[in-house]
Amino acid sequence: MIRRITGWFNRHPRATLRALLAGPLGWISIVYLGSLLILLMHAFWSKDSFTGKVEPFNWTLDAFAQILSNSVYLTIALRTIGIAILVTITAALIALPVAYYMARIASPRARALLLVAVTMPLWASYLVKIYAWRTILQSNGLLGWLLSPFGLEGPGLTEIVNTWLVLTYLWLPYMILPVYAGIERIPNSLLEASADLGGRGWMTFRRVIFPQLIPALAAGSIFTFSLSIGDYIVPDLVSDAKFIGNVIYDNSALGSFPVAAAYSFVPIGVMIAYLYFARRLGAFESL
Amino acid sequence: MVESPLLRTVLRLFTGAVMLFIYLPLVILAVYAFNASPLGGWPPSGFTVNWFGEAAGSEEIRDALMNSLIVASISTVLALILGTLAALAMQRYEFFGKSAISFLFVLPIALPGVVTGISLQSSFKLFGVDLGLHTIVIAHATFCVVVAYNNVVARLRRLPRSPEEASADLGADSWMTFRRITLPGMRTALLSGGLLAFALSFDEVIVTLFAAGPGARTLPVWVFSELQRSYQLPVVNVVALLLVLVSVVPVWIAQRIGGGEITRGGR
Repeated sequence: MIRRITGWFNRHPRATLRALLAGPLGWISIVYLGSLLILLMHAFWSKDSFTGKVEPFNWTLDAFAQILSNSVYLTIALRTIGIAILVTITAALIALPVAYYMARIASPRARALLLVAVTMPLWASYLVKIYAWRTILQSNGLLGWLLSPFGLEGPGLTEIVNTWLVLTYLWLPYMILPVYAGIERIPNSLLEASADLGGRGWMTFRRVIFPQLIPALAAGSIFTFSLSIGDYIVPDLVSDAKFIGNVIYDNSALGSFPVAAAYSFVPIGVMIAYLYFARRLGAFESL
Repeated sequence: MVESPLLRTVLRLFTGAVMLFIYLPLVILAVYAFNASPLGGWPPSGFTVNWFGEAAGSEEIRDALMNSLIVASISTVLALILGTLAALAMQRYEFFGKSAISFLFVLPIALPGVVTGISLQSSFKLFGVDLGLHTIVIAHATFCVVVAYNNVVARLRRLPRSPEEASADLGADSWMTFRRITLPGMRTALLSGGLLAFALSFDEVIVTLFAAGPGARTLPVWVFSELQRSYQLPVVNVVALLLVLVSVVPVWIAQRIGGGEITRGGR
């Protein structure tokens, strides 16, 4: 039986391709793309003002009107984008020296060790890392204890600056790894040429190394930016600030589902714009 | 370029400080799991292993752990099947729309998790699907496909085609060739892809919160709801340590058997 089936597939390579793709492509198209489409439609559906239930295929712009009429939604969007940019820049500033050390100064043994050391935390429970920072930042936590001899207090769990710190902590490895790969790709001869032509350290970095690292930095920034834009757990657990994700999550659970759907246009739109911008910088070749 | 000794020292110290920054929170977490005081301030007071026993005895935690294991196992199997089929199609054939399709497979992790989460919830809502473990599995399988796909594609790219051709020349049909040649060649990639998908699913919370009903809590969802309460139980520390170990150990094994795709990260 199997012989007959495989014989038929042998003679029909196109049919084999279709059979291979049917499952995965069907799943992603129906489950994922289909859901995205349904989400976008929800944004244009009305909801019963009494029960709060969504009325499918009852088209209205109410959700968008609600978002545009209240400046809180704009503030939250700008705050989220601002923090995401700040996180991305901070991660890049930390990643550059670390990646440089790993790629060009560390011994091969230390380099291998550092690579694992940077990669492992990527997989060590996201939620638990946030929890660990909660225990450090809370008013009777480690930070407060370290600051108390100086008459200072811990930041507690309400400050928005906490989101910047914790998001940078979470996504830093995503920046270090592509930048490391980028530095490793720069040929030694290029740096020697720069030195021969009189380029000092800083000059060589600014004129030779940095321009070559732009695609790698853009690739890393896709992760740091996208993951920060969509996060709602970090702002919820270490600050009292609301991010885009909190508006979507809170509205999906208790508030207005169409508002949650309409507000999802913000992260989707921002990410499409960002991916376009990153692609122009050559990020996709460095992923 | 030859870096000055001063620059080398500065870079070394900076890298050391960053590694400390990366690992210190995890170390502190491990310390708290053995803290005798239930209040959780710093410094910890006294040493105890009681919380481990208490965590093991909690039915809530056992249920959540069981749910997590069930969800991660089924999602991993689904993701491996779908990811391998996709990888075989993309690596072995040329066809129209190929790059669009490869972009499609990455989309669930390229868009923010909150978008994936609310999208899935909106279609569950529309079609009247009750939220539960099955909806979490659907959500997890969707973003775990990429992990399996990446691992298998990377392996297929490196596998030489000649043994497959030789097998065909010797009269084996395509099923026999797949079973005896291609599949053994992919075995470690499947194993490491599976471990990574398992770790990703076991740890996921952003999408899970949208797909989980009130009755179906995975371990991270349980931790999240505990953290939202003003008074946290000390057993949370033990569960947190467990979560780190269960997500890191499979990745460590995957790296040992040479999956090589772990640097792409989880989300």
